[in-house]
Amino acid sequence: MTGKEYRTITDVKGPLVFLDKTEPVAFGEIVSLRLADGSIKNGQVLDTSNDLVVVQVFEGTAGVDLTTGVTFLGDVFKLPVSKDLIGRILDGAGRPRDGGPEIIAEENADIIGAAINPYSRQSPHDFIQTGISAIDCCTTLVRGQKLPIFSASGLPHNDIALQIARQAKLTESDEEFIVVFCAMGITAEEYNFFRSDLERTGALENAVLFVNLADDPAVERLITPRLALTAAEYLAFEQDYHVLVIYTDMTNYCDSLRQIGAAREEVPGRRGYPGYMYTDLAMLYERAGLVKGKKGSITQFPILTMPGDDITHPIPDLSGYITEGQIVISRELHQAGIYPPINVLPSLSRLMGGCIGADTTREDHKSVSDQMYAGYAQGRELRGLVAIVGEDALNERDKQLLDFSGLFEDKFLRQNRDEDRSIDETLDLCWNLMQSISTKYLVRLDQQWIDKYHPTDKKE
Amino acid sequence: MQTKKESGKMSNEGTIYRISGPVVTAIGMTASMYNVVRVGNEGLMGEVIELHGEKAIIQVYEDTSGIRPGEPVFNTGETLSVSLGPGLLTEIYDGIQRPLATLEEVMGVFITRGVDADGINMEKKWNFEATVSEGDRVESGSIIGTVQETDTIVHKIMVPPGISGVVSTIKSGEFNVTENVCKLDDGNEIQMLQKWPVRTPRPYRQKYAPDTPLVTGMRILDFLFPLAKGGAAGIPGPFGSGKTVTQQSLAKYSDAEIVVYIGCGERGNEMTEVLDEFPHLIDPNTGEPLMNRTVMIANTSNMPVAAREASVYTGITIAEYFRDMGYDVALMADSTSRWAEAMREISSRLEEMPGEEGYPAYLSSRLAEFYERAGRIETLNGLDGSVTVIGAVSPPGGDISEPVSQGTLRIVKVFWGLDAGLARQRHFPAINWLGSYSLYPQSLDQWFRDNVAQDFPEVRTEISGLLQVEAELQEIVQLVGSDALPIDQQLTLEVARMIREYFLQQNGFHEVDAFSAVDQQYKMAKAILSFQENAKKAIASGGLLEDVVNVPARTTLMRNRFEAGYLDRIDGLVDEMNKEIAAAVEDN
Repeated sequence: MTGKEYRTITDVKGPLVFLDKTEPVAFGEIVSLRLADGSIKNGQVLDTSNDLVVVQVFEGTAGVDLTTGVTFLGDVFKLPVSKDLIGRILDGAGRPRDGGPEIIAEENADIIGAAINPYSRQSPHDFIQTGISAIDCCTTLVRGQKLPIFSASGLPHNDIALQIARQAKLTESDEEFIVVFCAMGITAEEYNFFRSDLERTGALENAVLFVNLADDPAVERLITPRLALTAAEYLAFEQDYHVLVIYTDMTNYCDSLRQIGAAREEVPGRRGYPGYMYTDLAMLYERAGLVKGKKGSITQFPILTMPGDDITHPIPDLSGYITEGQIVISRELHQAGIYPPINVLPSLSRLMGGCIGADTTREDHKSVSDQMYAGYAQGRELRGLVAIVGEDALNERDKQLLDFSGLFEDKFLRQNRDEDRSIDETLDLCWNLMQSISTKYLVRLDQQWIDKYHPTDKKE
Repeated sequence: MQTKKESGKMSNEGTIYRISGPVVTAIGMTASMYNVVRVGNEGLMGEVIELHGEKAIIQVYEDTSGIRPGEPVFNTGETLSVSLGPGLLTEIYDGIQRPLATLEEVMGVFITRGVDADGINMEKKWNFEATVSEGDRVESGSIIGTVQETDTIVHKIMVPPGISGVVSTIKSGEFNVTENVCKLDDGNEIQMLQKWPVRTPRPYRQKYAPDTPLVTGMRILDFLFPLAKGGAAGIPGPFGSGKTVTQQSLAKYSDAEIVVYIGCGERGNEMTEVLDEFPHLIDPNTGEPLMNRTVMIANTSNMPVAAREASVYTGITIAEYFRDMGYDVALMADSTSRWAEAMREISSRLEEMPGEEGYPAYLSSRLAEFYERAGRIETLNGLDGSVTVIGAVSPPGGDISEPVSQGTLRIVKVFWGLDAGLARQRHFPAINWLGSYSLYPQSLDQWFRDNVAQDFPEVRTEISGLLQVEAELQEIVQLVGSDALPIDQQLTLEVARMIREYFLQQNGFHEVDAFSAVDQQYKMAKAILSFQENAKKAIASGGLLEDVVNVPARTTLMRNRFEAGYLDRIDGLVDEMNKEIAAAVEDN
């Protein structure tokens, strides 16, 4: 079959090409299209039968006509992987973008990736210190976790992602992370920002970049994250690296998915997104974790912008059902001039419970985190009440909580873009701020930690 | 058992005509609905789900990349079945009952395809003890012998449905599951292994009305919204509201004898957590590791979607099998929304006319059929068994007006509504006490009166009444602040706060607090009412609200619930509190 060129295109619709009468073509097989001007486009088989084959063209169908030659390449999409990937910049289809040579393949890996057997997984439990207080204290990141940033247009999610990439480390060891960065439909400006920051800090040498920009073909975005994760899996599970995958922006990815769905005339689900979007996203997000008998790990940091700041929009909603928590960026805090504007209230790290405490962070971490959270939540709620009845109507406890919520934002959340706080510094800072509430109201704190860590109690 | 179902003469081989994701069309093959077929050169497992002239539409349980039209399809003539027999317990399966440990041995850590694995170990020898003798008459479902499967569970070997006769030979001893242990006079041979098609409910004599609660150890569930053994419950909630934690708590602490836990289209790490944790957890009812009574099915979100569709049926069939031995079985399905989505995905590949939100029109009838397999029944052998089904629902955006939530609520009698707002306040379990309901209290009240306390239902009514009043008062507080309320209403708020923080909140990860026996729940509720009564009296005789509320003994009473042996100390602590409240008046 390989090598034979067909000129049997009957229909071209959006990114899809329909062909009549071919030899048996495999489902998922890759396809090369030769246009009249000699240029080559690549695609993949989406539907195959004896009579009709549907091909999705990654570079878009501009220039394709009924005489375009189609060759089926006899194999499914594979990425050549080797250690040489490290330090390279590739485009959204896995070709060098940095002017360097082709990757010499150690092996060719199927980009769809197989599911990790749940029985073979290892529970993630190693604390990653990001140096950002809000994350380390309240939504602790764990090695092998998938923790997305839910942001919105105009918010500094990129700065936060980069700060995490720069500062992330394990407290117990000095092993470094390899960053796999995957850009999907972001602007050249955003890309340059990422790239120059990685360059400036020297991280680029320890990174692999897969780049599909806003003016690159939209359909290509469907394979870009798969390439990135295939590279990540190879580096983690074959080469024993700890890999941090940052991909941005999932919203563009989902929009491409919708585009293909519409072109195939599929029955749309909510807001026009295909009904299988949950499964499709899961096939990306679930490629994170640790497996028994392998040293490496994959930690995922997907960034998505919530359309209209709406957390119930299908993209954040389905993501939240798959990922192990989320970090939510707040426009309100951003407008108040606070960086990083992380709203800890809807944020969550599902794996936090198993990775904090005396052995990993500090014995008082859980207690402190609960109290900080509760105090801030109550203080924030009181702001609404104060707007109606005025501050004077509050009792002593409520006044203290209200003041605390201000301190929480100003001292605890706020930090510089290059400020790297250790977990001890973060927790000590918490204790300092909690002094503004009298101890009898600190009901979430264990007495033993109050005795040991509370600054005023210690003096007495 | 010999099921002679093969039709023999039909052409059971065809070829692939079309492949579209998990849906494959075969031609030139005789097939009937739900036949299991082997697809392509690798023999991937699939199931016939539609017939269309000479075309058979097949859903394939494994990834179909690389398969070509023209490859062979082989019809096994069987329907999708599970293997039932000793060896099910402690096992973890994928959606079509392949043991994940076996898959790891064959494939390594990633799940590839084309591997077949027996649902239960066919080689392992079990000690079979016959409980009937030669010459005894046995019917379908009769117990002919037992096997001690785990330390706590006796596996009863039953005559498969459809077979009966007089025992001509039966032997005790060491057998594997495929060896004959019993022969009937009509020539039928019985092994410990039996197969049952997953989409067909197993037979029973009759259904009873449930009258015993499934005690879960979670106060808000047992006390306010009890679930009956043999009942069905739905837990809808947005992400992060604690569905999985609630389901896992139920799997850990409910007083079912057998637990079947289905991780259907959920996170891989969550299943790993269960796998890591369960062997080390001790069942509070038997003192044995929880794993000994558990069967797990894990078809995570990135595993093949057709196998996800099947996983729910695989699970409930295993549950019914243990029910038929006379056990109380609890089945957790997390999450039924992912199951419904699998149906939607397959349906859309079949180009069926969609119903609401793209779900197939038969969604609600499938949901109903599934939940209807729950129930308390008289088994074919006259025993009393039950299957309780607890299904998590993941409504998009937390909005339960969507089809899966609505389809579920129409059937189940217990609704435990999880609330993102409560979760955000770190109030766990985040079950909304105003919106949730249970329709079982009437049928269960007698049990609570007989086994806990005569006034149990009345105490429950009082507690839930207080929570209602609080909700109304809170609306006023939002406008004017709590200081503007009269003292008695301020006290009501304080009592309601005690209900919330002391009674409803429960730490599912705390070794003591995670499980609360029903009599302890009752005493805790009484302690709250006792506080209310004494505080009212104290205030009436001139005590200050603040003094009464802040008596240290009340804090002690509340905090001590985290200590072992709380049940025995609670009366003393309540007395202490009441004395201090009385003293607070005198000091004044």
